[in-house]
Amino acid sequence: MSFFGFGQSADIDIVLNDAETRKKAEHKSEDGRKDKYFLFFDGETVSGKLNVTLKYPGKRLEHNGIKIEFIGQIELYYDRGNHHEFVSLVKDLARPGELTQSQTYDFEFTHVEKPYESYTGQNVKLRYFLRATVSRRLSDISKELDIVVHTLSTYPELNSSIKMEVGIEDCLHIEFEYNKSKYHLKDVIVGKIYFLLVRIKIKHMEIDIIKRETTGTGPNVYHENDTVAKYEIMDGAPVRGESIPIRLFLAGYEITPTMRDINKKFSVRYYLNLVLIDEEERRYFKQQEITLWRKGDIVRKSMSHQAISAAQRFEGSSNPEKSQSKNAEDDS
Amino acid sequence: MSEPAVADTRRLNSKPQDLTDAYGPPSNFLEIDVYDPQIVGVGRNRYTTYEVRMKTNLPIFKLKDSCVRRRYSDFEWLKNELERDSKIVVPPLPGKALKRQLPFRGDEGLFEESFLEERRAGLEQFINRIAGHPLAQNERCLHMFLQEESIDRNYIPGKV
Repeated sequence: MSFFGFGQSADIDIVLNDAETRKKAEHKSEDGRKDKYFLFFDGETVSGKLNVTLKYPGKRLEHNGIKIEFIGQIELYYDRGNHHEFVSLVKDLARPGELTQSQTYDFEFTHVEKPYESYTGQNVKLRYFLRATVSRRLSDISKELDIVVHTLSTYPELNSSIKMEVGIEDCLHIEFEYNKSKYHLKDVIVGKIYFLLVRIKIKHMEIDIIKRETTGTGPNVYHENDTVAKYEIMDGAPVRGESIPIRLFLAGYEITPTMRDINKKFSVRYYLNLVLIDEEERRYFKQQEITLWRKGDIVRKSMSHQAISAAQRFEGSSNPEKSQSKNAEDDS
Repeated sequence: MSEPAVADTRRLNSKPQDLTDAYGPPSNFLEIDVYDPQIVGVGRNRYTTYEVRMKTNLPIFKLKDSCVRRRYSDFEWLKNELERDSKIVVPPLPGKALKRQLPFRGDEGLFEESFLEERRAGLEQFINRIAGHPLAQNERCLHMFLQEESIDRNYIPGKV
């Protein structure tokens, strides 16, 4: 922008070196729109070129330095002015001087640490981006390029099932079981509800997935609950001794990995909520936290003893060897 | 050994159900009927009573089959007791119909047939809703209302 009509200006453009080959991932923005961004993982190098194109050929562009930054930051919506940068790297591309023609600068941020996953939520946003700046006396020219980071985990060493008996004395006793406590984002929740005592008139039963986003610390903690899934598992009245199966495929829902106390600023946790509704619309529920994690696309060797113990809990598993002999092409 | 491509979605093992449980009477049987409105008294001191009959197999109720007569103000008493002593959100009663108690009406007022039917249905819905509530079932006032000949308004409130 120039106050005096025909001062020189420039367009700047950030282009990644591997733009042709690098995968893109969808990420929902604050206003709900889904856009695609280049996908990066922890430790990967971010390299590319900064193109500075002069608007009026022939005229010089005076500047106070050209630089590019790689930033990872957390932004709390109620405190927009303060960005908490947990990664901040800078490369100076040009010392103060002048440009007489359009230029391209190479940059490389080698093996950058990206410790957290990109997240856009109800009250907080965590993002990574490149920001190029041409500093000038009156006004800087700057451009940002957002990227998306996913954090990957491997199959957890310990993944016990969740099994519990709950109820209201003399009215309703159930035993619920979920096959795991840690699920990856494309996993299936397999479980069952066993009725021990039913003295109320149940109309139906559903299982909900609740996402709880916690921001702030100490006395200013704020929880935002969002039901991201509702799935009816029983329609009608059960009696004692009845077992109701649960099979809930997670891939169809908008969920993220569990994020615990990220940079001491926020958490995102997930809960399974088992809800029973009686004929008078009264709701009886039991909430249980689960851990969600993101699985990588690379084929991994399973822990064979885990596969055996998992198979033994399932129906038709007289031959545990069967579950291990399937071919391995990971499709997530 | 590489992991299978498709997640294991087979059902978890479950205990087989006992056939007497599967086909026997359910443990949650509770039915309350409000019917047979009868007008009691003479002149301006008339009022209506309804028969409240309960059939249940819930162990918390002493009588599996009980039958008492109650009037609208008895239902109001029960609602007030529950609102005061328990944490329940008590469902609404059908209206008090104060206008119907005024003189010079063209119809039978409080004893108009269609009104009695409307009130009867509302009272039946009210008592069924509240009697099925696990917390209300702990209150002495509910048991007295449903199963004792008359309501002792000087009773000691408390849990069963």
